[in-house]
Amino acid sequence: MQYITKKNRAILREMVATDFKVRYQGSILGYLWSVLKPLFLFAILYVVFTYVFKVGNSIPHYPVYLLLGIVLWNFFTEATMVGASSVVAHGDLLRKVSIPRYLVVIASSMSALINLSLSLIVVIIIALFNGLRPEVGWLMIPFIILEVFAFSLAVAFILSAAYVKYRDITYIWEIVLQAGFYASAILFPLQLVPAQYQKWFFLNPLVQMVQDARYLGVTHDSVTIWSKLGVPYTLYPFVVVVVMAITAKLYFKKQSKLFAENI
Amino acid sequence: MQNIETKQIALAAHDIHKEFVLPQHKSTSVKQAFVNIVSKNGKTIQKVLDGVSFEVNKGDFLGIVGRNGSGKSTLLKILAGVYAPTIGQVDLHGGLTPFIELGVGFNPELSGRDNVFLNGALLGFSRAEMETMYDEIVDFAELGPFMDQKLKNYSSGMQVRLAFSIAIKAHNEILIFDEVLAVGDEAFQRKCLDVFEYYKATRQTVILVTHDMETVKKFCNKAILIDGGKITQMGDPRAVANAYSELNQLQIDKETSKKNKRRTGSRLVVQTLNARREHRESFVLGDTMVARVEWPAELGKLESIGINIFKESGEHVTGINSRFGPLKNLRDRHEVEVEIKLDITKGKYYLLVEAFRKEGEVVETLLDGPRFTVAHNGKLDWSGLVNLDHVWTTD
Repeated sequence: MQYITKKNRAILREMVATDFKVRYQGSILGYLWSVLKPLFLFAILYVVFTYVFKVGNSIPHYPVYLLLGIVLWNFFTEATMVGASSVVAHGDLLRKVSIPRYLVVIASSMSALINLSLSLIVVIIIALFNGLRPEVGWLMIPFIILEVFAFSLAVAFILSAAYVKYRDITYIWEIVLQAGFYASAILFPLQLVPAQYQKWFFLNPLVQMVQDARYLGVTHDSVTIWSKLGVPYTLYPFVVVVVMAITAKLYFKKQSKLFAENI
Repeated sequence: MQNIETKQIALAAHDIHKEFVLPQHKSTSVKQAFVNIVSKNGKTIQKVLDGVSFEVNKGDFLGIVGRNGSGKSTLLKILAGVYAPTIGQVDLHGGLTPFIELGVGFNPELSGRDNVFLNGALLGFSRAEMETMYDEIVDFAELGPFMDQKLKNYSSGMQVRLAFSIAIKAHNEILIFDEVLAVGDEAFQRKCLDVFEYYKATRQTVILVTHDMETVKKFCNKAILIDGGKITQMGDPRAVANAYSELNQLQIDKETSKKNKRRTGSRLVVQTLNARREHRESFVLGDTMVARVEWPAELGKLESIGINIFKESGEHVTGINSRFGPLKNLRDRHEVEVEIKLDITKGKYYLLVEAFRKEGEVVETLLDGPRFTVAHNGKLDWSGLVNLDHVWTTD
């Protein structure tokens, strides 16, 4: 099976480029917004959580710790939300051309990935201002991002295929994300949670990803799955991702045959 | 001369079946008499294609014709890979580019240039392939100076031109067109025909869905007629085109006779016949229509019968009376026929018939007489309501 053909590359490239070109149409600052938006968002959160709520005083470089979590969470949110509606949103297209159906989902997650990269640049700048210095551990972060990407993509595939049949999916998913935001310990350090409950957070595979990224990039004070539950448990999130990916592939493949007529 | 060149198959469809599962709440609104709606496991199944098989050889120009709802567009979408067949399969030997619509994916916020590449990618061309075709496309569209402008600033004519240019400059082994001719003005349609001419001459493999039988007869070397999800005729495009026209005629006749059944009241019985005295309710320009009027003895002795032709919209086309023919008086007769040459414009008509005891004294009227339609025959043409006998001369 050949997924990365020249044709598919051309489609992906054009779809992602179109998305990007169209997004900032008519705005004066244009592409700059994709950096400015996260920057202002960070500034607000920074003020709120260091001067008002002070939840992170115990954690070194808490602003960066917070921002890294938010950036990864935002990526997950964008990739799954946009991904979920991608098939339906491109319904007109799918009824007229026979492009591989999975490309529209991948294209939407690629756009999210580009936004993530831009946001990460902002995070790195803030990290340097905050007194963090680059270290070897940072080189591991792309692998964590890859893991988040794989997980998001798997979820997006399942949601997008289900959304064609059940239009309630996006509403439900919005609620799940709302709950997931707190269940992923993005805003508060996991240490603040009573010790006996901390391990349950790791049922959510995203917690391992976010906490590991924080451990590698910001501070070793980040509670990780291996420090909390032991090294063997480290496998758990990967098993979840692999199972999700296989489910996604099978489900999407089966459903995608009928997309054109069901949309 | 015998053609001994070995035929190479470009596309083969094997026993294609297609069923659509209709959502329950929609099933009441879908009233399509031409599709079998069978309830199965509580779901409503709509059978659209029921075992369609055919082959297209390299260099064939295949026309697919059929009435609305016959399943031809579904078939085309299956060939194009947009729909998956319920049963059966399509074997492709070579690349296929479908044009179910021109300018798929066009985005008004992008420049003309970007749209060309976007559309090209969606049609299955790589970046490199599009780059080699790009100049040709722009030249053909005659839009060189506008390519960096946003598409939303193009006139609709310019947009169609751009989309069409991509379509015809897109080289691929098999091309599929769905009713492309239905859009665009006359100049555009002529351009389409030029392109088809070119395809025919260069032995490009083309599959075309159309309602225009002239196009089928002119360009296709093979045609398929689909009716009720099955191939009812295949082969010679002329035969298929005629079968299609007949099918339409039949439908029109069915519809008009349904309307005619509601007629009551008058004791005059009026029928429209063709020259062979067969019952007909649809005619083509220049046909001879025979109107037969019968009446019962109880009406007594009649002097004459008057027949009026009205357009459905109410215009009185003509009124004739047997009194002015060779039959001065109808006296003991109970039936009369008149042959009328239908040099009247295409459209729907009805007859209004009156029976006279003497001039000016009507004894019976059929106000809402039989209806009939007149269709173009493709040769005669004029404007206005009737074609008056005329002779052109010159010194």
